[in-house]
Amino acid sequence: MAPKRRQTKSKYTLDRGIPGAFEGETVTRRRFMTGTVHGAGMLMTAGFTLPALAFAVGPIFKNQTLGWQTVGYPEDFPDNNYIPAVITTSPGIGEAGKSTVYLRTRNPAVDTTPENQYNRWVAITSRCSHLGCSVLWVDASERFICPCHGSVFDLEGVRVAGPAPRPLDRFYTRLQDGVVQVGPRYSVNTELRIFSPRDPGEPLDGIGQYLYPSRPSVRKL
Amino acid sequence: MPKLPTPKLPVPPLPPQLQPPPPPPGTQRGRPHTPVEQAAEAGKSVVDWVDERTSLSGAARWLMFRKVPKGTNWFYTLGSATMFAFLSQAVTGVFLAMYYRPDPASGAYESIRNITTNVFLGQFVRSMHKWGATVMVVLVFLHMARTFVFGAYKYPRELNWVIGVVLLILTMVMSFTGYLLPFDERSYWATIVGVNINGTGPIIGPYLSDFLRGGPEFNASTLSRFYAIHMLIVPGAIAAMIGAHLYLVTKLGTTAPPWLKAEPEPELIKETA
Repeated sequence: MAPKRRQTKSKYTLDRGIPGAFEGETVTRRRFMTGTVHGAGMLMTAGFTLPALAFAVGPIFKNQTLGWQTVGYPEDFPDNNYIPAVITTSPGIGEAGKSTVYLRTRNPAVDTTPENQYNRWVAITSRCSHLGCSVLWVDASERFICPCHGSVFDLEGVRVAGPAPRPLDRFYTRLQDGVVQVGPRYSVNTELRIFSPRDPGEPLDGIGQYLYPSRPSVRKL
Repeated sequence: MPKLPTPKLPVPPLPPQLQPPPPPPGTQRGRPHTPVEQAAEAGKSVVDWVDERTSLSGAARWLMFRKVPKGTNWFYTLGSATMFAFLSQAVTGVFLAMYYRPDPASGAYESIRNITTNVFLGQFVRSMHKWGATVMVVLVFLHMARTFVFGAYKYPRELNWVIGVVLLILTMVMSFTGYLLPFDERSYWATIVGVNINGTGPIIGPYLSDFLRGGPEFNASTLSRFYAIHMLIVPGAIAAMIGAHLYLVTKLGTTAPPWLKAEPEPELIKETA
């Protein structure tokens, strides 16, 4: 065994001959003072660092679900073609906060999911589920086409070609006082099962729904 | 009474360090006469005053008068070139900030348009910043390639390579956040796509996107968030990291190019033979 480099001292201050030591005292007063001052310094630093960090990170935890916005009358929307409408997704920043929504009346021949009060009109976002570019509804081919990377979606917003990992997101719709209103956004997987809104680029089939969890900042209804 | 000549005393045997230095060639001993000499003396005394209180001259000598290996060539200037690109970005950026307004409701775009079209030399300073950003990224990669190809990342310089990689990532963050600031169509959509690519990281990706945007959608605080990251947080981090990078370069010295073989002293060859 290697020789000890330092002689071990007793842990009691009394045994080490420190003047004014108490019986059973193990922490010297010098160490206690040093620890107190360092601790106070760290506490004060944390006092401004932690709130500043929380201030920057806070929006992650704040729910900012969209309210309901009127887009037109029920007779404006056919059941075999999309009509574009503009809604505000971020108030207060002008044109940059607006987004196009494509709307049609629910068609039982196409839409096989059970009908409820929120899907009597189908509202599909213009935000591509690949990386967020604007998709365009092309009437002649009855497809949504993304100009950025060439994703193609059918009448239900389900991907038929290109790199998009899931169908186009949808919005809740409702009839209120005789007008059609568009509400919060939600995401769907390939079977059109409803999930909390995800950002583009995040798949929802299979393991995808666990790899890209729902966020507290935005929820489905 | 005639004035007696003062007797000349012998100079005490001072050690050479304490003896007054000989005057530089072409000057006279004694008080400076010409204005140029007086100005030079004033400068010297100011430098001496600071140095006596800080000992900065030692640090400056340590930093600047280093031994460099044989074979040092122009490739070794890429690091300094990158640093000067950063300094240029810092200076032009500070002055652009005097006219820029991070207001997404048309204020940002209008302020950039104002810089480009109205402000005196505005187009020049903005172009310096815009093209300098590309130059800096190119120089970072050339500097990295030089370090890799010359094997200059090996022991004992691994930590400097790691710091360099952190600097590379910070430079990329600068490129990404700076791209949004002109707030035209291209910046807006590039940022939408860039943030969504961030979001494709599993588990933490979606939260990282929320953090970058300051919410689930691109919103009123996104631009000022990017602006704060671009002009306050990351430049400070880059400056600190460059300091650490330079300290290690000075401490460890630079490497000889790999094509130079070590030449042992002739006596050593004789002894081993």
